Amino acid sequence: MKKTKQLLAYLILMALGLRSAYASDYTLNLMKGVTKVSNDIYDLHMLVLWICVFIGIAVFGTMFYSIYHHRKSKGHKAEQFHENTTIEILWTIIPTLILIGMAIPATQTMLEMEDVKDSDMSIKITGWQWKWEYEYMSNGIHFFSSLDEKSNQARQLNSGINPRSVPHYLLNVDNPLVIPINTKIRFLFTAADVNHAWWVPELGWKKDAIPGFINESWTYVEKPGTYRGQCAELCGKDHGFMPIVIIAMEQVDYNVWVEEQLVSAKAAANSANKEWSQEELFAKGETIYANSCASCHMNDGAGMGATFPAITNSPIVTGDIDGQIKIVMNGQGMMPAFGTMLSAVDFAAVITYTRNGLGNSVGDFVQPSKIKSLLSAVPEDDD
Amino acid sequence: MSAVAVENEHTHDAHGAEKGFLRWIVTTNHKDIGTMYLVFALIMFFVGGTMALIIRAELFEPGMQFVDPQFFNSMTTMHALVMVFGAVMPGFVGFANWMIPMMIGAPDMALPRMNNMSFWMLVAGMLLMASTLFMEGGAPAAGWTFYPPLVLQTGNALPFAVFAVHLLGISSIMGAINIIATILNMRAPKMTMMKMPLFVWTWLITGFLLIAIMPVFAGAVTMLLTDRFFDTSFFDAAGGGDPVLYQHIFWFFGHPEVYVMILPTFGIASTIIPVFARKPLFGYSSMVYATIAIAFLSFIVWAHHMFTVGMPIAGELFFMYTTMLIAIPTGVKVFNWTATMWKGSMTFETPMLFSIAFVVLFTMGGFTGVMMSLAPLDFQYHDTYFIVAHFHYTLVPASVFILMAGGYFWLPKWTGNMYDEKLATLHFWLSAISVNILFFPQHFLGLAGMPRRIPDYAVQFADWNMVSSIGAFIFGFSQLIFVYVVIKTIRGKNCEKATDEVWEDAHKHGLEWTLSSPVPYHTFATPPEKIPTEHL
Amino acid sequence: MSDNLAEKNKRLVRKLVIIVLLMFGFGYALVPIYDVFCDITGINGKTNKTAANEIVYKIDKNREITVEFMTALNESAPILFKSELKQIKVHPGQYYTVNFYAENKTNKPMVAQAIPSISPGLTAEYFIKTECFCFLEQTFKANEGRTMPVRFVIDPALPDKYRRITLAYTFFDNTEKSVKK
Repeated sequence: MKKTKQLLAYLILMALGLRSAYASDYTLNLMKGVTKVSNDIYDLHMLVLWICVFIGIAVFGTMFYSIYHHRKSKGHKAEQFHENTTIEILWTIIPTLILIGMAIPATQTMLEMEDVKDSDMSIKITGWQWKWEYEYMSNGIHFFSSLDEKSNQARQLNSGINPRSVPHYLLNVDNPLVIPINTKIRFLFTAADVNHAWWVPELGWKKDAIPGFINESWTYVEKPGTYRGQCAELCGKDHGFMPIVIIAMEQVDYNVWVEEQLVSAKAAANSANKEWSQEELFAKGETIYANSCASCHMNDGAGMGATFPAITNSPIVTGDIDGQIKIVMNGQGMMPAFGTMLSAVDFAAVITYTRNGLGNSVGDFVQPSKIKSLLSAVPEDDD
Repeated sequence: MSAVAVENEHTHDAHGAEKGFLRWIVTTNHKDIGTMYLVFALIMFFVGGTMALIIRAELFEPGMQFVDPQFFNSMTTMHALVMVFGAVMPGFVGFANWMIPMMIGAPDMALPRMNNMSFWMLVAGMLLMASTLFMEGGAPAAGWTFYPPLVLQTGNALPFAVFAVHLLGISSIMGAINIIATILNMRAPKMTMMKMPLFVWTWLITGFLLIAIMPVFAGAVTMLLTDRFFDTSFFDAAGGGDPVLYQHIFWFFGHPEVYVMILPTFGIASTIIPVFARKPLFGYSSMVYATIAIAFLSFIVWAHHMFTVGMPIAGELFFMYTTMLIAIPTGVKVFNWTATMWKGSMTFETPMLFSIAFVVLFTMGGFTGVMMSLAPLDFQYHDTYFIVAHFHYTLVPASVFILMAGGYFWLPKWTGNMYDEKLATLHFWLSAISVNILFFPQHFLGLAGMPRRIPDYAVQFADWNMVSSIGAFIFGFSQLIFVYVVIKTIRGKNCEKATDEVWEDAHKHGLEWTLSSPVPYHTFATPPEKIPTEHL
Repeated sequence: MSDNLAEKNKRLVRKLVIIVLLMFGFGYALVPIYDVFCDITGINGKTNKTAANEIVYKIDKNREITVEFMTALNESAPILFKSELKQIKVHPGQYYTVNFYAENKTNKPMVAQAIPSISPGLTAEYFIKTECFCFLEQTFKANEGRTMPVRFVIDPALPDKYRRITLAYTFFDNTEKSVKK
């Protein structure tokens, strides 16, 4: 049995060797990660793994020795013993001691993970079907983060795009979360619809995001870099397509990034006031549609069954423009309210695009300024 | 249920089986019902297996090639439900029906008519569950755990799935009551509790687990139903409920449920290994106590499925420690099996091969179980393929292998014909090798960061997924050999005839081997005088 | 099968059926048990669901706790919802009032419920609200907006290790549900 397995493992490795031309970075083990917690978890994992390996060698070794020597074909006569109190006590006590040996470091790591005090900043993370929303509690920076467009196109059924040609296929987003290094960051998790779980392996943990409730966790990243993760709790159709990307940078770079974000938020607010042409909005709307609408209504607007109706020739889209705006703004059934998710410009753009593209040709369009006034209740910038 | 409680008439004593198709519909004979359970389990094993192959086909390569993500989620959900409630549980109920009366020297089950009813309710439940595949909005796709709020987004299928769970629940509760009653009331006078074969013991404990947990699960899904249709707010935060509450209730059922699938596995393995080691089982009474300990612990470990849900530290630690404790009685069992083989005179017929593979591979599943019992590690492992690898190691090369082992072990007794040892050995080696190709790489995938229940994955996971899928297809198609061997043995053409004892000196190990092969339609109308005490 | 055995079976089955029914009941009993458990352990940071009486505590001027306020909307309910303050530094034992603003963005009446949640969960039992819009369902007229106060105190018994508490409210639009009722 062992021989066969070895041979097989060898064959598999050979097959992999041939393919390693385009897959060199696969890993077999847990990653060490970039925080103290993740390193502690890794060390504990290795400790327990080796303990298991040694116990395995002892138990399976005994078993295979017995299988080899104590067989009828070798003329071995069966002995008839069926109990031995000493050995039975031993093999109860020794595992107990080993387990205690594992429980001590595990408890220490657990206590360390729960220690949320003295954090420097808080970030609120909201899980949505199927994207993440990030809000920096201190400076009001706020954005949604969804699967990047290239991955999104390639992952459609029979897209014809080779996933290997997409950089960081399914692990890339449009707006990554940016954090400073050497800072204790507190994450607060909640969800807007169903349960999600936020997981970046390099940080060492995952945490559930539950609608109506908040959970918290913290991290202290020591190494600048880009770290990728995924949603880890089944959350519906596109559960596999809501990755997480964190960019950890030096404090100075982070400050620059914050400044940029605040400036561009202002600029976005201003651009909503200017007069846009239909062509400008249409062009912009195409990307917004691909990012925000296509996963349910499909790239060509054909929709998917009754739950995700077609855009093409839809009575709502080709009907009164105010009716369409209202539904997109406030949601209906499975459709979320995009009023809170899209900027006024993006909102106007996608309305314009759906009315004049995807096989529709209503001919009208809407100005971002009008959307802005409809959303007037929404504050332009959080104080 | 009270209507079926009155079961005293056993009118079939005088004659054999009814003729024709009707025999199978109205039968109250434990052997007939056992056969129906086993055939049904085998069919469901292939239904669930087909779903698994759809999943593995989609995961063969990165990118979406065959199914859309919603259907993929339906497949993972239905695969689990079909395998758990349609294949593994009915498989063991089938063995219980066939073997328990014969092992304890009883003429039949205690409640034969209820027995018939619980089987047909199982069929109805599974058909109802399968019918959701064709409903508007598709089959349930929220995972077999049915977590709200996601499960409340299910289309028309939700009430049907819930009702199917009710039927399956009632069916297994009736089955469990019947088995408990049989074991406690129907034993031959000389068959005292501590002389019972371990398969009987493990089923007695499993029976109690079932009647304790199935009603809780029925309650949980009923709450889902009323939340969706009658505006209750058990799990809806808006009305003061809590979605996490569902997870607690579910896993209060769910963790003992996995032992419902593994305890009878232990029982059959403990029956087979001594026969082929030609030795008494080592540590019979410690086996019994370990089983009781595992069953007890199963009720106080449930939240280890929820380490990342945001429990207070005291909860995390409590459930971590209790979970680690399970390793001790489980370890005792593994050591006992090893000690049973030690200095025996072993032969390696197919049932023994499957049993040895079970001990080795189940232990591997146990090791990963110890690893993930440590809460801080579970913050990495949780909901990844590492978990998928873990529970498949404890279910496929454990429960499923032992179901196969039991089939080969008792088929000659049931039919009077020996199975084709050559083909059976081929079936074993193909299964044992491919099951490892299938599930071992999933450890790597999980550790490297691949979440479970995703229809598509990042490119760095491609190689091991491909290996895993290849293993899945070899494993799946190898099982057809089993079907062929079983049919061939039942038909008996070109088969060696089985002796009454079937296996050398088997009569020392159990009452069933003192009967003639094939077993008569009615057995032990009068209780046996001599009880084999080899295991004491 | 003798009558005696049948009788024995019947009795046993009756007992087992009683266990089954009890366990079904137990499943439902877990709901209130869980609530009690949450109160004790602070699972999910559930706070008091009804107004607490205003007791006078000894104010601990030496300690300063940062309380953060977080607002969220379930399924992007058409509500504008924000807190007047992002965060406030408080002394345990002293009462504070913080205003929240909510506005119905639809031109129909609306029934909504705010669900509070506190993190870290274990601080929930020390976070006491004497006045809160979350105790009851809120009814809004079409396009109505209003300011709603929350009055709270942090019990000075709060363990020293907690320096920062987040109070989150999630608004759920219950209009459809209440229409059905």
